[in-house]
Amino acid sequence: MIFSYYPGCTLKTKAKDLDKYARMSAQALGITLEELPAWQCCGAVYPLAKDEIATKLSSVRALMSAKEQGNDLITLCSACHNVIKQVNNDMQSDKDIAGKINNYLNPDVEYHGETNVIHYLEMLRDKVGFDVLAQKVVHPLTGRKIAAYYGCMLLRPASVMQMDNPENPVIMENFIRAIGGDPVIYPYRNECCGGYVTLEDNALVGKNSVKVLASAEDNGAEMIVTACPLCLYNLGKNNAEHKVPVIYFTELLAEALGIKGEGDKENADV
Amino acid sequence: MQTFKKNLTEQVLRTSGVNVRKCMRCGKCSGSCPSYEEMDYHPHQFVYMVEKGDVDALMKSNYRCLSCMACVERCPRGVAPAKLIEAIRLMVVRQQGQNHLKADQIPALLDKDIPQQAIVSAFRKYSK
Repeated sequence: MIFSYYPGCTLKTKAKDLDKYARMSAQALGITLEELPAWQCCGAVYPLAKDEIATKLSSVRALMSAKEQGNDLITLCSACHNVIKQVNNDMQSDKDIAGKINNYLNPDVEYHGETNVIHYLEMLRDKVGFDVLAQKVVHPLTGRKIAAYYGCMLLRPASVMQMDNPENPVIMENFIRAIGGDPVIYPYRNECCGGYVTLEDNALVGKNSVKVLASAEDNGAEMIVTACPLCLYNLGKNNAEHKVPVIYFTELLAEALGIKGEGDKENADV
Repeated sequence: MQTFKKNLTEQVLRTSGVNVRKCMRCGKCSGSCPSYEEMDYHPHQFVYMVEKGDVDALMKSNYRCLSCMACVERCPRGVAPAKLIEAIRLMVVRQQGQNHLKADQIPALLDKDIPQQAIVSAFRKYSK
């Protein structure tokens, strides 16, 4: 299976692990991820206003590029997925926005949201299949109590994201089951960590993040997995009292597939 | 002054695309909001404030919203309070010199682990 792949700005810098283990695991699962040529940053938050056009152009360029390649577009960072999928929805359903963007970009063929945007987790669920994934696991995470942290951007707004039930999601828990772990269900798994406010007000973000960490820990979590670099940062920064480690879900995937060490060797300088 | 306020309100409604008159005052938005306690005006209040045309107070206090979309998801009437906050912020930062976050403030706010995503999104939320 071949997919176009949009890594995004953070996966090239502070969240290299999220990207590295995803690529290695995809390869092990027989999937080719072709990074889009000359992609631009999506902007990390979806522009909610009806009259925001320029801020959506980078997402549209990525979507058009995937269409040109004839591939579905795989995203991995929660923020990129949220922005690109919502902009794609605008291109399908908002005539005013789609009209202005097509007028501005003036492509040979107008773009109206034809590209299928799939999160890496959805690829594992719908393209690979969690049952097939389970068969490829060589180091099952047996007995490990793992809490999935969805945060806000993977699930909401559910009418557009259509990944899972926004109040009672199962996709990450089923992923954890597929790699042999024991998912921990806790009430704060789809509540916000504080997001971008971290830059301006650490204290506010601290309060939210500690609630998430405490909720996971109180329900027996030994670790928390996420798909979002900002969630990882916010939870990690506020983990002084709660020692539960927070890691990317792709790292666990690589571990279960028995290839995590290869990545470490690849990146070690000695 | 009355006309000015009316224009501000119309601009918020147009930019957000929100129909505030659909609100049935159930308060689910405020009940869902993780920043409720931090706000001068809570989500159910600012929907009503926009309906009344009382937008200028909101223009002075609107930076506690996390844009987590909990209120958007859980509103039984599809009112989307978060979109009102976004429109109100834009009305402020689209004015010359009114950016909430300026580029030269950023270096002092960084640490070695902060992901690019935080900087990009804060800039998008706070500046034009």
